[in-house]
Amino acid sequence: MLTGAEWGIVALSLRIGGVAVLVMLPIAFALAYLLARGRFPGKILLDGLVHLPLVLPPVVTGWLLLLAFAPTGPLGRIIEALTGGTVLFRWTGAAIAAGVMALPLMVRAMRLSIEAVDRQLESAARTLGAGRWRVFRTVTLPLSVPGVVAGTVLGFARALGEFGATITFVSNVPDQTQTLPLAIYSQLQIPGTDATVFRLAVMSVVIALAALVASEMLARRAGRGQHVL
Amino acid sequence: MFFDVDVEARVGAHDIACRFQAEDGLTVLFGPSGAGKTSTLNMIAGLLKPRRGHIRVGGRVLFDHGEGINLPPEARRVGYVFQEPRLFPHKRVRANLLYGAPDRDADPDPQLMEVLGIGPLLDRWPRTLSGGEARRVAIGRALLSDPAFLLLDEPLSSLDRARREEIMAVIERLRDAIGLPILMVTHDAAEAERLATRTIEV
Repeated sequence: MLTGAEWGIVALSLRIGGVAVLVMLPIAFALAYLLARGRFPGKILLDGLVHLPLVLPPVVTGWLLLLAFAPTGPLGRIIEALTGGTVLFRWTGAAIAAGVMALPLMVRAMRLSIEAVDRQLESAARTLGAGRWRVFRTVTLPLSVPGVVAGTVLGFARALGEFGATITFVSNVPDQTQTLPLAIYSQLQIPGTDATVFRLAVMSVVIALAALVASEMLARRAGRGQHVL
Repeated sequence: MFFDVDVEARVGAHDIACRFQAEDGLTVLFGPSGAGKTSTLNMIAGLLKPRRGHIRVGGRVLFDHGEGINLPPEARRVGYVFQEPRLFPHKRVRANLLYGAPDRDADPDPQLMEVLGIGPLLDRWPRTLSGGEARRVAIGRALLSDPAFLLLDEPLSSLDRARREEIMAVIERLRDAIGLPILMVTHDAAEAERLATRTIEV
């Protein structure tokens, strides 16, 4: 089995991936809703911006994050003023990188499921006396749950696999920013660590597979017209 | 005058104009497919905004272009039974029925369940219902939302003969027993003949 240090790496990866995805969840849903239903100038531009991390070299995304969150950068200054600290070299920074890289996948899946919601059901709800907010809460949101779940899990898997943006943005600090992929990369630089690399790689596969299976099962439940979660 | 409708709208490339007045009872809007009957119902329900004209129902102004009045659908107190049942797939029959009810925790009125014959269906999911059952649930859902009037859009289409008879009987009971003003759209002359208090050709 894994050594204590290796469990630490797994736990750190799960924490960074989990926090990244949970914080991004409402942002991703709001963006997905806006892109699915909104009609406003600049929509194509917003769509492009959201998808940028998917197509940019991750190193570039990491470097842009570094510019923004450095102590002299625009966001870095705000964070320092509010908390007196920085996200650089910290697990919080790794979570930001993971979240930004996961965002496009989350938005895509959620947007598709919002677009798939039958607008006629929403009109029916309106004629039954429900205002816009109640229609959103009781019809649109529950019916787009399969996409929200799929997007969240996909984003979580992507966050766990994040490498390029993380190492550029917050470096490779053990116990802070050294997630599974970064730890595997570090071990590969040292001769005679094949067993460690193997164990960490197996853990990566196990976690990713578990996430995908869980999302598939939840989506099937939703497909049967049952409540999810 | 219960229904007082005079509207014009543009749907896709077609211009639709519809003007009629009707007392309560069951009024049938009769005409061929594509004449704008469903669009007229949608305008009365507030789902489609007319370009001109006015809609008054039971003395209330629902829409008036000149005065800039356009009540949202949820404020119109309409019971709209669409051509398709449009039941919420993620809610059981009971929750569907009570979606628009003033008291959502109460049980649906047993007498109405009896008339519609849907009492035994309350715990089922909509996807397990037959076409006739789904349509009766949709009618029940509209009635339980405490509407001031009913709109029925081709309530008998895509049903087999036995189901048509079943729904037809329900509509007759609504017309005679409950006395709610009903506006019904159909392209079937026999239906119009049997159910209508009066018929308006579109």
